[in-house]
Amino acid sequence: MIAHWQGNGGLVAATALGLVLLLALPQVVDPVMMIELTSYVIMAILALSLGLIWGYGGILCFGQSAFFGIGAYAYAIAVINFGDSTIPLLLSIIVPGLFAALLGYFLFYARITDVYFGVITLTVTLILYKVMGATSGSQYVIGTAAIGGYNGIPAVPPLNFPGRPDAALSFDGLFYLSGLTLLAIYVGLRLMLKSRFGQVVVAIRENERRAELLGYDARFYKLATFTIGGAIAGLAGCLFANWGMFISPDVFGLAQSAQVIIWVIVGGTGTLLGPIVGCFAIQWIATKLGAQQVLNANLVLGTILIGFVLLVPKGVVPTIGDAFRRLKFRPYVAPLVEQRRVP
Amino acid sequence: MIEVKNLHSGYGRIPILHGISFTMKQGEVVGILGHNGMGKTTLLRTLVGQIKTTQGRIEFDGRDVTFASPSERARAGIGYVPQGRDIFPLLSVMENLKMGEIMRGGESAVPEMLGHFPVLKDLLERPGRGLSGGQQQILALARCLAGRPKLILLDEPTEGIQPSIVDLIAEKLGELKVTLGLGIILVEQDIRFIRQLADRVLIIQKGAFVAEISPDQLYDREVVDAHLGI
Repeated sequence: MIAHWQGNGGLVAATALGLVLLLALPQVVDPVMMIELTSYVIMAILALSLGLIWGYGGILCFGQSAFFGIGAYAYAIAVINFGDSTIPLLLSIIVPGLFAALLGYFLFYARITDVYFGVITLTVTLILYKVMGATSGSQYVIGTAAIGGYNGIPAVPPLNFPGRPDAALSFDGLFYLSGLTLLAIYVGLRLMLKSRFGQVVVAIRENERRAELLGYDARFYKLATFTIGGAIAGLAGCLFANWGMFISPDVFGLAQSAQVIIWVIVGGTGTLLGPIVGCFAIQWIATKLGAQQVLNANLVLGTILIGFVLLVPKGVVPTIGDAFRRLKFRPYVAPLVEQRRVP
Repeated sequence: MIEVKNLHSGYGRIPILHGISFTMKQGEVVGILGHNGMGKTTLLRTLVGQIKTTQGRIEFDGRDVTFASPSERARAGIGYVPQGRDIFPLLSVMENLKMGEIMRGGESAVPEMLGHFPVLKDLLERPGRGLSGGQQQILALARCLAGRPKLILLDEPTEGIQPSIVDLIAEKLGELKVTLGLGIILVEQDIRFIRQLADRVLIIQKGAFVAEISPDQLYDREVVDAHLGI
């Protein structure tokens, strides 16, 4: 089944399409829309990280934005101190990865699952929101970086070419970097899910008890998946801090945590494309709704979510996939005229 | 191979097993017979670590595994084919088989398993949920054997299976017992199947072994009536 879904042909086609879009969009889209698109792409990386953890690992994490925020803060604090962005970029992946590993270790090895896992991860995120918000005093300084409490950290230095702090990345460069990162993570995750490790992760989602009885330590595989997802979310946080050149505790807020889950629900769990599609679609709708005064944006988004949960519970991508397969593999029924000719 | 001493276990505060003790040698097949609710499945689930041991000791290949996790016991060489087979429904037959290869160090188990069970050859790409009950049972057995266990625990492998597949399973297990020295603990209601395979039979009642008989004694109506009331 997995082999069927993730054949190499599909992967090559998806990669080619991604590259074409990446190269073509800046030529046809106006600069304001490019700024929006860049944020969509960055958030799609965050959605993809939850798509891995929840859709394939079966781990319902309500606190994916915690790793996103930690990555963003780790980058911002480090780049202000170091000047050069090479090490800060690495730290934005390593620090949230380690945090995910530590949190996951205590949760998975204590056999905390399902809704309890979701509640704890959400609580951790909200604790981070409060903690970061309480750092507004002048004593809350790391090196030369003032954390700033709810005011956040402004003027975050942009990424630069490795070893050359004077060669900062332009805004177009950030779009290409974000797009290539999204594409690379998508391809990497598809290859990982086709590997032995990925198959064990999926098998644990299907039947954890059975996988353990075959000799696989489910806790380890879930921890590894959770850590990878945390590191990816952290990288997205780094790009987000670059996009706005600003970071504040809002990234740990309830709204941020909830919207990642909505993207994945709308796009569809159990696929990698689903979270990306869901993220782009919902963000685009939110942008359009935000530009008008007639309807309350949150009310419309809530209605859309309820509609999806009730009418398209699998999400957009799996539903389209199912419909396509039904059409493709529909048994052939001869027209009546032909049937009558049969002797 | 396995030595169980004074084993107690249960579900929460409800004790089910009350001091089970037995030993088994390599290549031996032990049948366990008993009515429903006597603790047969609980015994197997305790041996594989799905249910915690509350008292007693389980030693496998000279190693104390009483408090080892299910995955550690599986890696030590204890395989388990539960009631209902528990195959991965969304994974293909091939992927299900590969899941069993953990102890092979990268070597594929698929050719060997297809040699043992040629009926799976034409089903390799089919998802597990698309198989019949008999095919699922064969797949579950093949997946368990793919991990090269030294001992396998079978929980009612003939339940709901057509007679030709039951015969195939019995024939294959008998063959593997001899060629690989495979130990088998067989929980089964089908007396004919137990007679075909077992070297000895333990009767379980209310969570404890009450008698040990030879498979030939299962032909004796009086013995069967005395122990099983059937």
